[in-house]
Amino acid sequence: MKKALISVTGLDTTGIIARVATKLYEMNINILDITQTILGGYFTMMMVVDLDGANRSFEEINKELEPVRDELKMSIHMQRMDIFDAMHRI
Amino acid sequence: MIETGEILQTMHMIQQENFDIRTITLGINLLDCSDRDAKRCAERVYEKICRTAANLVRTGEEIEMELGIPIVNKRISVTPVSLICQEDPRPIALALDRAAEEVGVNFLGGYSALMHKGATMADERLLASIPEVLSETKLLCSSVNVASTRAGINMNAVKEMGEIIKKTAELTAEQDGLGCAKLVVFANAVEDNPFMAGAFCGVGEPECAINVGVSGPGVVKVALEHVKGAPFDIVAETIKRTAFKITRVGQLVAKEASKRMNIPFGIVDLSLAPTPARGDSVAHILTEMGLENAGAPGTTAALALLNDAVKKGGIMASNHVGGLSGAFIPVSEDIGMIEAVSAGALTLEKLEAMTCVCSVGLDMIAIPGDTSAATISGIIADEAAIGMINNKTTAIRVIPAVGKKAGDLVEFGGLLGRAPVMAVNRQNNEAFIARGGRIPAPVHSMRN
Repeated sequence: MKKALISVTGLDTTGIIARVATKLYEMNINILDITQTILGGYFTMMMVVDLDGANRSFEEINKELEPVRDELKMSIHMQRMDIFDAMHRI
Repeated sequence: MIETGEILQTMHMIQQENFDIRTITLGINLLDCSDRDAKRCAERVYEKICRTAANLVRTGEEIEMELGIPIVNKRISVTPVSLICQEDPRPIALALDRAAEEVGVNFLGGYSALMHKGATMADERLLASIPEVLSETKLLCSSVNVASTRAGINMNAVKEMGEIIKKTAELTAEQDGLGCAKLVVFANAVEDNPFMAGAFCGVGEPECAINVGVSGPGVVKVALEHVKGAPFDIVAETIKRTAFKITRVGQLVAKEASKRMNIPFGIVDLSLAPTPARGDSVAHILTEMGLENAGAPGTTAALALLNDAVKKGGIMASNHVGGLSGAFIPVSEDIGMIEAVSAGALTLEKLEAMTCVCSVGLDMIAIPGDTSAATISGIIADEAAIGMINNKTTAIRVIPAVGKKAGDLVEFGGLLGRAPVMAVNRQNNEAFIARGGRIPAPVHSMRN
């Protein structure tokens, strides 16, 4: 399974999860896990998603997330889970 | 499942602590481009590099985007040019520079000669062309191996390199001797080094290979901030753990690049390579250990611990480790080293001692423009002797800053940084350098 982490950070507002999740649904991306917390006054959400069924390439998904980024005025990063597995799991 | 804290740690390392992959370097064998006619050889070289490395930059950028980690440089290393050219090698130099520009890499290394035991005619022709070539090309890097533990020190080459460095500085005087930043003199040069300016693709290498250099002095420094005042056992353990994590990412990037380009994975170079940016300094790891500045008494011990712990941590994280592997201590490319020299804490002699325990040698050091060729050769000989006797790679990359004296500042820009000109010992050594010949290999080279 090709998994990625989408991290969303910024000032808390309504509809963050809804907005991101809707966009992912449009691209047929399944959400596997969500955690959220407030760190130093900033809203931080991390979503683990499954890219196997996605109808877009990694680069295209990133592009599709741009308008969401602008609309929510939050930073949204997507990166493959492999980097975290490599660093923290033997 | 990965925990939130672990994810945040990785993201923090990348965003706040300057963790990056320093380079993906594609080694390309050019032996099959060899030809008596230099022009025809140049055409083949250009064609082969453009074909083999066509996707290198694009692949690097894709991996960078998908893993969310910067891959700062994409580079190429090639077979030492003196091995493929029987005539004046200048047309090949120009072809290499054009090819590097065409495929979009930052640097291409391999305008090199291996002459630790003696020079071929091709080596001599290449050496003679270095000053002009480095002043006429932009992306080409040159290196010359003048010594090895097995062969001893070629003092004729050492003498010549002093003169070549002087001449290169003069021809690039308008850019503060920038040509010399692209020229390295080695003892025990390695064949799979991904770092510039000394990268070349050795004759024992495959047709092509992906070699990756990792970095992250900022990450190590921040890790040590959490163990303030702790004994060195804890310091070493902390560095090892950090180096392991950093190197695992290097291994991941190397494997990924290898798969996408269908080119074998060569090695990961476990290096801590600084940049002039604050928070990306090897010298600041040493100060974090409790020294006022790099150069203070204790610096060599601190660097020895750092270098060893980086290797111990990294070696378990990659299935092929190679290159130079260790902590780099270039002066102009490290804000902490620049500060140490400016504060009068760090001298050339102390740097020489540090090179006994670091990954390479005297690196990116600006010296007064009126330093004699013999003095430069003397510095090269001393450094080569350290490499030869200790069975390690050492290198010399000094930049005579034309028209400048000790204390003046030299600006190279970008990753090459800026350097305060360092004083050199001016005791006369002309008669010593004039002797020439070879310093025999040390007794411990007889290992069979």
